[in-house]
Amino acid sequence: MSEQPSQGSAGYGPDSSSRARATEYWRRNIRYVGILLAVWFVVSYGFGIIAVEPLDTVTIPGTGFPLGFWFAQQGSIYVFVALIFVYVFLMNRLDREFDLREGDDV
Amino acid sequence: MSVQSWTFLLVAASFTLYIGIAVWSRASSTKDFYVAGTGVSPLANGMATAADWMSAASFISMAGLISFMGYDGAVYLMGWTGGYVLLALLLAPYLRKFGAFTVPDFVGDRYYSQTARIVAVVCAIFVSFTYVAGQMRGVGVVFSRFLEVDVNVGVYIGMAIVFFYAVLGGMKGITYTQVAQYCVLIFAYLVPAIFLSLLITGNPVPQLGFGDVDQASGISLLERLNGLHQELGFSEYTSGTKSSLDVFFITAALMVGTAGLPHVIIRFYTVPRVRDARLSVGWALIFIALLYTTAPAVAVFARTNLINSVSEVPYAQVPEWFTTWEGTGLLSFEDLNGDGRIQFVGPDAPTANELTVDNDIMVLANPEIAGLPNWVIGLVAAGGLAAALSTAAGLLLVVSSAVSHDLLKRSIMPEITERGELVAARISAGAAVLVAGYLGINPPGFVAQVVAFAFGLAAASFFPVIILGIFSKRTTREGAILGMVSGITVTAAYIAYFTLLHPELNNADNWWFGISPQGIGTVGMLLNFAITLTVSRFTPEPPPEVQQLVEMIRVPKGAGAVHEIST
Repeated sequence: MSEQPSQGSAGYGPDSSSRARATEYWRRNIRYVGILLAVWFVVSYGFGIIAVEPLDTVTIPGTGFPLGFWFAQQGSIYVFVALIFVYVFLMNRLDREFDLREGDDV
Repeated sequence: MSVQSWTFLLVAASFTLYIGIAVWSRASSTKDFYVAGTGVSPLANGMATAADWMSAASFISMAGLISFMGYDGAVYLMGWTGGYVLLALLLAPYLRKFGAFTVPDFVGDRYYSQTARIVAVVCAIFVSFTYVAGQMRGVGVVFSRFLEVDVNVGVYIGMAIVFFYAVLGGMKGITYTQVAQYCVLIFAYLVPAIFLSLLITGNPVPQLGFGDVDQASGISLLERLNGLHQELGFSEYTSGTKSSLDVFFITAALMVGTAGLPHVIIRFYTVPRVRDARLSVGWALIFIALLYTTAPAVAVFARTNLINSVSEVPYAQVPEWFTTWEGTGLLSFEDLNGDGRIQFVGPDAPTANELTVDNDIMVLANPEIAGLPNWVIGLVAAGGLAAALSTAAGLLLVVSSAVSHDLLKRSIMPEITERGELVAARISAGAAVLVAGYLGINPPGFVAQVVAFAFGLAAASFFPVIILGIFSKRTTREGAILGMVSGITVTAAYIAYFTLLHPELNNADNWWFGISPQGIGTVGMLLNFAITLTVSRFTPEPPPEVQQLVEMIRVPKGAGAVHEIST
């Protein structure tokens, strides 16, 4: 199979209005990625490493977990999972909004 | 039934299952062989990715490592899960849209250069082989400890199984076998963890249990463990001993390395659509998180159990498991002060430590230490084998496709037929199994260290050029080649200097800014980014068709088929 990656099958043609839409789609995508990666950084490197000592002075109520230790060994992982699913949701919505959703016929 | 009979039964049953799946899912085309015909559902691909990713090291060694490292073990927990966020947000959907068969495929086409392709092939083979040798060794070790066969015989049996389903089924066979292997390994990991959690805290959920109240002492388990550590002269369990900077750099190297490992990346070529690739990373991380959030709980239970069952116990009265594991050399006791009791103490204690415990024992011996039923012990053996075999198979496929696809089809003999390429893929998969087996039986002395450093090398070579290839149209082939070469060279040189040439200098005083060789991949990655970006500014911009290609991969529509881009 020798299919050229032509613009024709890529959703948008080369004309200027659809190109502007593709640029807008990309801009929105970059914004989502930026926000989600900021959260990713804060829970792992922020709470789990940089601020671990001050956070450890707090114990999560009802448990024996020091807060910073919990973020480093549990919390950050739960947030990672949530971040991916939030991104899946946002991008599926964005794909529909820009009429870029792929068909189900593959 | 005895432990041995249970182990034989469970291992044989799981192997029969893997072989059955392999026969059922034969590959009939190169597309089947390399990317399972791109027909894998996101859920199944998530499970396969989880099994692919979690190796013997995750299953056998990680909880033990954490139990010795305490808080510092977080580098593995965050490092080996956080990379999936990068994969989902920055790599997987675009690489799926690009629709190649291998990672060097992407590098070669995006950077319109055979040199870039060959550099990527060399990096992929180097990273994968160092990694796979450790897996085959893991297979051998599990066989020898639980079934009392020779380590080498264990490696041969493991080779035969992997050979059968990797050569026959390629990616298709591997994918469905890995789904089964995930089920076996996660069941085998969770069962003893739940038992332990119930025994120690009465809470059936290990993730909550290790923050619960210790039933024996009536205070919080972590507080109790910190207390024991203080008494025995270890540093507090919930705070670390590594510097924050080093923890930061190691975590980053492992995260980015995860996102740059070829055997993980190619898993996301196997789903039908771009949105499936995103979702599939999410499923993969859920399945991985199930084990990774359990591991720190197992670490705490194991540590507490170990201290409670050996500290100050007269050597004449040690439990049976103690004597069994002493026989393997992984546990040793030397009565330094001659009082006949075991002093298991840390560096801050007034007396000398008399007990040496290998990290790997913690998961493998845990069920015995806690007195769990025999079938649980057999289950742990089957789980360890599933973890090692699934990772080995995924890595071998990367090596085989790098040879048959990237080297033969795309570089040396482009006119090779589909049939010829499939035969070449099978032959190179078979050859890769043999080389891996050889490395498993005759491990070079440094394999254990090198495996851990495979991440740093992947972080410093692939990750920056793939990201920039997608997110910056202006990135040129000159930039990418120089970036990859300098990133991997600096990282490999730093690691080699401290682990092979001058192991005696390997301490914080001699490291650059206190960054250990494990964390140097992050520096290599930053260097790669800097060089690629700088050189790209001063070299002619990529040809228009490459810039169009980048625009094409940024939008999801039209990813239906795997592209075979003619260069």
